[in-house]
Order: sequence, then C-alpha cells, then structure tokens
Amino acid sequence: MSKQYEAVIGLEVHVELATKTKIFCGCSTEFGGAPNTHTCPVCTGMPGSLPVLNKQVVEYAAAVGLATNCEITQNCKFDRKNYFYPDNPQNYQISQLYLPICRNGKVEIEVEGQKKDVRIHEIHMEEDAGKLVHDPWTGDSLVDFNRSGVPLIEIVSEPDMRSAEEVIAYLEKLRLIIQYLGASDCKLQEGSMRADVNLSVREAGADKFGTRTEMKNLNSFKAISRAIEGEMNRQIDLIEAGEQVVQETRRWDDTKGASYAMRSKEDAQDYRYFPDPDLVPVEISDEWIAKIKEAQPEFRDEKKVRYKEEYDLPDYDIDIITGSKHLADLFEATIALGTEPKEVSNWLMGETMRLVNESNMDIDDVSFTPEHLAKLIEMIAKSEINRKVGKEVFEKIFKEDVDPAAYVEEYGLKSMNDEGALRKTIEEIVENNPKSVEDYKAGKKKAIGFLVGQTMKATQGKADPGIVNKILNEILAQI
Amino acid sequence: MSILDLTAVELGKKIKEKEITVVEAAKAALEQIKALDGDIHGYVSYDEESALKRAEEVQKGMDDGTYTGPLAGVPMAVKDNICTKGYKTTCSSKILENFVPTYSAQAVENLIKEGVVFLGKTNMDEFAMGSTTETSAFGVTRNPWDLEKVPGGSSGGSAAAVAANECFMALGSDTGGSIRQPSSYCGVTGMKPTYGTVSRYGLIAYGSSLDQIGPIAKDVTDCAALLEVIASHDPKDSTSVELEDYHFTDALVDDVNGMKIGIPKDYFGEGLDAEVKEAVLAAAKKLEEKGAIVEEFDLGLVEYAIPAYYVIASAEASSNLSRFDGVKYGYRAKEYEGLHNMYKKTRSEGFGAEVKRRIMLGSFVLSSGYYDAYYLKALRTKALIKQEFDKAFAKYDVILGPAAPTTAPKLGDSLSDPIKMYLSDIYTISVNLSGLPGMSLPCGKDSNGMPIGLQIIGDCFKEKNVIRAAYAFEQTRTYEAPEIAKGGAR
Amino acid sequence: MANHIDDATIEYVGILAKLELSGEEKEQAKRDMESMLDYVDKLNELDTSQAEPMSHVFPIHNVFREDVVKNGDGSKECLANAPEEQDHSFVVPKTIV
Ligand SMILES: [Mg+2]
Ligand SMILES: [Zn+2]
Repeated sequence: MSKQYEAVIGLEVHVELATKTKIFCGCSTEFGGAPNTHTCPVCTGMPGSLPVLNKQVVEYAAAVGLATNCEITQNCKFDRKNYFYPDNPQNYQISQLYLPICRNGKVEIEVEGQKKDVRIHEIHMEEDAGKLVHDPWTGDSLVDFNRSGVPLIEIVSEPDMRSAEEVIAYLEKLRLIIQYLGASDCKLQEGSMRADVNLSVREAGADKFGTRTEMKNLNSFKAISRAIEGEMNRQIDLIEAGEQVVQETRRWDDTKGASYAMRSKEDAQDYRYFPDPDLVPVEISDEWIAKIKEAQPEFRDEKKVRYKEEYDLPDYDIDIITGSKHLADLFEATIALGTEPKEVSNWLMGETMRLVNESNMDIDDVSFTPEHLAKLIEMIAKSEINRKVGKEVFEKIFKEDVDPAAYVEEYGLKSMNDEGALRKTIEEIVENNPKSVEDYKAGKKKAIGFLVGQTMKATQGKADPGIVNKILNEILAQI
Repeated sequence: MSILDLTAVELGKKIKEKEITVVEAAKAALEQIKALDGDIHGYVSYDEESALKRAEEVQKGMDDGTYTGPLAGVPMAVKDNICTKGYKTTCSSKILENFVPTYSAQAVENLIKEGVVFLGKTNMDEFAMGSTTETSAFGVTRNPWDLEKVPGGSSGGSAAAVAANECFMALGSDTGGSIRQPSSYCGVTGMKPTYGTVSRYGLIAYGSSLDQIGPIAKDVTDCAALLEVIASHDPKDSTSVELEDYHFTDALVDDVNGMKIGIPKDYFGEGLDAEVKEAVLAAAKKLEEKGAIVEEFDLGLVEYAIPAYYVIASAEASSNLSRFDGVKYGYRAKEYEGLHNMYKKTRSEGFGAEVKRRIMLGSFVLSSGYYDAYYLKALRTKALIKQEFDKAFAKYDVILGPAAPTTAPKLGDSLSDPIKMYLSDIYTISVNLSGLPGMSLPCGKDSNGMPIGLQIIGDCFKEKNVIRAAYAFEQTRTYEAPEIAKGGAR
Repeated sequence: MANHIDDATIEYVGILAKLELSGEEKEQAKRDMESMLDYVDKLNELDTSQAEPMSHVFPIHNVFREDVVKNGDGSKECLANAPEEQDHSFVVPKTIV
C-alpha cells in the first residue's frame, strides 16, 4: 500500500430514553416480561388506534440537545417513515425528518491529548421497533412487541471523526452527558445505546468524500472498533484493486469479524416520509427551554473542575469518579454524610474498583449505599475497627450492602483497644516465644514482626497494629 | 303508524314513557332487516341474539334510571370501519374478514353509555374508498328508492339502512363526502362534524387528516341528538378538540331571521343536474322567505379540491393501510415463499381493485422525487382552499349548495370510470379539506322519484349554525320514506 | 396522455406498496395511474408559491400524555386476531437470510 488513507466517519446513535412509558401509549418500558405483555392497541398497530405523545420524551430530547449545544426547533413535528418489516407493527415508524427537535450541536472530544469538536447534525425523537427471534426448529421468526414504541432519540453526527479512537471518545462523551441527565442508562450491551457507523475512506488530505457504507449491529465499543478497522481495510482493498465502493447498508458480524451487505430488491430505501396526520406539532416556548436548562445537572467537565478545587483530589481519581455518573453520585452522597472526601475517594478508587474488576461487572451496577460506606469510614476513623477488618467488612458491603455496625457487632470484629488486656496477651506471647525475644535482643529487629503477627492471631486480627507495636516495644525494652 | 316510522328521538321518548319497550323497538328493526336486507344489503353483519339481549339490559337500565338520555333504547347501526369490541369489524374488506376488535371506538363507547342498542355493522366501500358502496368485498348495497341504483358511498350501507327503516339511526364516516353524498342519494339526513369534534379513536383510518365520524338519521333533530352523544374530547386522539359547547340540540329552533346564507355560484355551473339545481335553489328561497339573507358569491378553487384530495387521501391511505400485512390480524395468504412474498400475496389477495389503485397512487406521490410536486403541492392547494372558505365565512353564517351533482346513478355506471365516480364528491370534498362541518338533508325529488340532497356548510365548530338552518328548512317539508320501507314489518 | 408510467415504475411502486399485480392488472394500473396523474396535474394551473403546506387544518399543538403507566398485560388482546401464534408471539416467515 503506497498511498495513505484516512477514514471519514459519521455516527447515528440511538438512545433509549429512561421514561416509564412508551412514546405514544401508556405501556411500560420495563425490560423483560413475557412476549407481548407490555402491549396495547397503539404499540401493536391495531386498526383504529392513535398515538399520543409522552411529554417526558420531549423534555429528555430537548435536555440532551441543550447539553450538546444544539439549537432547539421550537416548532417540531413528527413524520412517518414507511417501510415493511415485521418488528414495525404499523409498517411505518413514527420519527422526525423535516423538523427534528434539535439541530446544529457539537461536543468536544479528546484523544491522546488532542481536543476536537464533533458536530451534531440533528437529534430526533422516534419509536423503537419490536424484537424478532428466530426459531431454529420451525425456521420461522417470532415477533414480540414489548420494545415496540419505547422512546428513542437518534443523534446524527456530521462526518467529523477520523479513527476508531475518536468514535469511542465521542460515544463516551455522549454516554456521560446522557447519563448525567438521567435521560438514559446508555448500556450498549443491553441495547439502550446503539450506534450505526457511516464510513468512507479517502486519500489522506483529500477534500472530497469517498462513497460511504452504513454498518449496523454494533453492540460494544470493541465491536465498533473492530468494525471500523474491518470496514476501512475492506474499502481500501477495493480502491487499491481499482474497484468501486458501493453505497449500501452492511451488517457487522462480530464473531466472524466481517460485515455483510444487507441487499434485497424488496428493500427499496425510499421511506416516503410525510408529516404524521395523527400527531400535532410540538411547540417549545422560550420559557420551556429555560426551565429545561435550569434543571440541567452539573456535567462531567464542570464536576472535574469543582472536585479539584473543593476536594483537591488527584486528576486520576477525578477522572475515574466522574467517568461514571453513578460513581460520582455515590461519591457526593457519601461526602454529604460528613465523610472526608479523600477517604471516600480512596475507598472508591481502591477497594471498589478492585472488586468491580474482580467480579467483571459494570461500575454502574455497584449497588451499595453511601450510608454504609460513610459508616464504615467513620468506624475506622474512630478505631472501632482497624483498616484490615475494614476491608473485610467493605467486601460485605460491596456484595450485600450490609450495615457495617451490625455486621461488626454480629461477628465480634471490634478492635481490642483495651491496653490492659492487650498488654496481658502480649506479655504471654513474649513469655512463650523466648527465641524471638533473643533474636530481637541480638539485633534482629525483624523478629518483632513475628511477635506482632502472633498478637494479631491471638486477637483474631482485632487488635490495633499501632497499639500492639507500641506495647511490644515497651515490654521488650524492659527485658 | 308503525314503530318503524318514528324518528330516533320520537322513539326514545316513547320508550321513556313506556309506550314502547326497548325489546319491541329492537324486534321491529330486526324484522325489517330480515324482510328487506336480502334486497338492500345495507348490513355486512347483524346479530339478532346479542341485539335482543342488549335490548333487555337497556330496558332494565332505563327502568332503574341508569340510562336517561334521549336516545336510550334506540336501535342503531354502525358503519363497519368503526371498531366494536368483540364484534367483527371488516371495513368491507377481505383483508379484515375475520377481525374482531378488542376495543370499541370512543364514539361507540359514548353510545354504550347513552344506552343505545346495536343491531349490526353496515356495508361500505372497501376501506371507505368509493362513492357508491360498490367496492365492498361483500357485495353491493342497493338504494331503497330504486334497487337498480347505488346508495352512494362510502357510508352507503348506513344511509340505505336508515332510509329502509332497518335501523333508527346510524354512524357513518366522512373523508370526502362519505356521509353527505349517500345521505343525499338515499333521502336521509347526515352530518360531517368539524374535524376534531368526534374522536377518531377506533375509526379505522383511511385519510387521517380528513376522516370524521358522524350521524346519519331521518331528520335534523336525530342528527343533532346523535352528534351530541358521540362528540367528546378524547385524550386518546391528539386531534380531538375540546369544545366549549356540546349542546347541539339547543340549535333546533325554527328561526333563521337575519341569518346570512351564501350561495357559491361555482357550485351551480357545468355538471350540475338541472333538477338538482332547481330543488336546491328552491330550498334557498324557502329560507329567504323565513327571513334569511341569501346572497350569491364566488367561492373559487372548487375544481382543485378533487385532485388535491386524491393526492392527500391516497398518500395517507398508502401509509395507513400498510399495517394490513398478514402478521398481526386479518387475512394471510395461504401460500407464499418468504416474508416479502407473504406480504405481497396477502395484500394483493386481501385488497380490492379500488383500494389497490389508491395505495399505488399514494405510494407513488410520496416516493422519492415526487413528494414536492404532488404531496406538498396538494397541501399548499389545501391551504388556499381553506382561505377561500375563511373569506366566505367572514361574510356568511352558512353556505348552501347541492350535496352531489346528480341523484343516485345506476349500479355499475360509475365503476367503469373512476374519475367520473370521484366527480360525484365535487361539492363535499373541499369541506373535508378545510375541516368544516357540513350536513346533507333531503330537499326534493327528481322526475324519477329519486331524492335530492341539500348541503349546508358551516364554519369550523359552528355546527349550531348548520343545524339551525337545516332545521328551519326541514320545517317546510315532511319526511318521506321510500316505498319499500313501508312494506316491511308493521 | 401527458403522464407516462413505465413497467419499471409500476414494478417499483409495487415493491413500495407490497402489492403484486398480474400482467393484466399491471397494464390497468399503468393506465389508471396515468389518468389520475393527468387529472392531478390540474393543480399545476395554480400558483401555490405563497401558501405554506397545510397538514393540519387547525393550529393545535402540544397535545401530550403524562409519563404514567396506564396499561397492564395486553398480550391476550394483542394476540387475539393473530393469523399464526407461537410462544405468545406472532409467527412470520424467517426474517434473517
Ligand atoms: Mg432512526
Ligand atoms: Zn402500548
């Protein structure tokens, strides 16, 4: 390969909104449930049924738009996108084409210290489709409309990204903004955030775009990276071989590491969009926009600055904690209970991250309460338990959210801080281990470690190592 | 005097006064259906057993004071594109032959609360696409005034059933004239309310921006009373409008003194049958004699309403009817290969010729490259037509004209030439495009004895003006039923 | 006739509308569509440049639902008319080739 190529990438990101009900009916959006239980005439396209818009969907969509520097379309409308597919009960999807709710936004991303803007062409509201399950026994497919009508926003970027790293940074940025807003949990594996990748390649530095393809079915950051690399190479190979890239939709198969054209004569990409006559326009007044703005939370970038100023945490800690809205919330809630910020950060960065990695779970699924962490930290500070016992108790808190006070009580883990009793135990140990005392006296200072260990063993770890050391030194000095 | 000769409101009163029982009324209507519907075929289906059971329940409900409305106990029919829970709703199409809704339209719910008795579902042009009720998959409906003639459409079954005394009143739906034109052909009274007055929830959509459910009955009083029951603000229909005043029957006063009535010259030009013209102008004269100020004016754009309508209605229909695909309900082709072939076979076998014609046209005008030239052009034309009416209603309380250019044509005559059929809606369609209320009521007969319909059009949400003018005119004549209706059950 | 609908167009519209027409039906459909479009072309006589496309006759806006769950298990009703049902789901021919 003699020439240098670059990828030109734009994304269509679908995000399922965290509303309680579907976009056009009063059915629950809850996950799971037996097939077709969360359905009604509206979301199954029954004849005569009519859609009525969920107000919360507008609020979430506008909030995401404002947080991504978009202009809000103050008179927006819904359009029908017509195509036949069994997961689409009306055989049209209610979406927005002509007047989407948000336009002309941008977010800043950072890759290897380089900052750049990715522009957002538009954000529109639409309904999700149902689920198709293939039955290998009968060879048929089964349709479940539980997800049909779940609200989505589709965030369409401009073709501003040039690498998989930029794509991931952009997605991370969107994910955090939306999570901070509480508008969605944005989980790629569960499909509440999905990305379609539009990609073309061109000679580096060229200003004309090549022919692009669209890739669907990307459900992890890893799959997205691989698909981008794969598609880039496929297109470069075609160009190098003097062939044409065909504008088409391709399906990424992550297990095979290859994409396949989804071509069919029956899938004419002519959606015949027109304004949905069953829905009326949405007018978003200045007052409404102001209200949504006012309700916006502190976003990650603002939090980072504040954490530095108020808590003076290391940049690394700040990055990790603010990298998850859930973790940041946990951090702030624990501090709000009067706990020392650095101490809280230490527990989150240390033990929490260790256990998260060990159990291979998502940081957002950490489920212990700030009250229990705060209590634990307080007990250690008051020397009611020592740090080692603390770690043990924390593991219980992490896994089962136990009340540390009750747990310590139940298992008798309280520190032995009674110096008199401790002195008696240590005197006994010293008496029973003359060899170690001899070694110590002979200058082998390390021998004291053995005596400390014996003491901890005798006290089942409940003794405060500092106090044990102090007493031992006193006794040994007297010998 | 037979029970069947009573109007709905008269019957309701007699039932309330215990002169007639609900069961007697239902039985009379059912006997009439059995006697005449073999010839007329106003009904797609009716259910004697459930109607009588319902009649007994309603009688009890009236005795214990549950039902007190003026239409309680009155037997009626419902057009077969309006969903009735647990009762087949077919749109007169093979594709919905076995469809049993699990919910009722809001208009039907309102009627259930009023305590009416449902007899059955009336025939119509398939998916309301047609003006003669000849495109029904279940056979044509015949005009009770002359069985060789069409009843009009698409609510031809409802209009014929009312005219033939096979029910005391009926629901129709009107997208381009589908209540008013058959009412005119069958010599009954029908009203299309202002768009948004009656909930569309449960009305199987044809052209969503134009469809309205409305009453068909023997006289203006019945129409007003029925409209009063079915009109309501429905949170399930985003285009439903909350009105300040639902008391339509308050407008039943014989007084048009000072009322300003406009006669659009453009409605009386080429294509209008001379006898129809004469009868309609005579009606205007009658209102003038009663003190109304009648004036001719230029409406304009009349000839553009039909082409604009066919683009808009077909486009919406192509999308609305895409849900009929053999997956969730209705007909599915028996043999097919793969998904898309299943879709195509199901729809090609399930839909009739006129429906396919409009779906094809609608798909075409929305397709890439044609949207602006056809669809947007039609929506712009619609805006201009609406402006014409706005100008007219700045001057007039109501507009008066014919409901259709001719009386009912012979069966089969219009089918051969679709555009000719479309032309029969020339005076009604612009009313749908502008969302206005319009009523058709009989104003005479032609030399063949076929009824002529007078159309009264009002400004948006001014149903009361329409009702008042219609009622005042109605007082100048007496209701006449076709001969066949009198030969039925006594 | 001013409008000409060729075979490819009728074929294409058939794909969009999911209608399969026989040879004779196709010819009829071409003629019907041509005459309808000729008729519709009458609209071109009108200068509509000053008019906004009007999809709704009334300026109604902001009709909303509150985000409150209103519906329970709808599976029985939604499947009641299913032409083919299995495992509380609608059965369709294989969708992924
Ligand atoms: Mg989309
Ligand atoms: Zn639903």
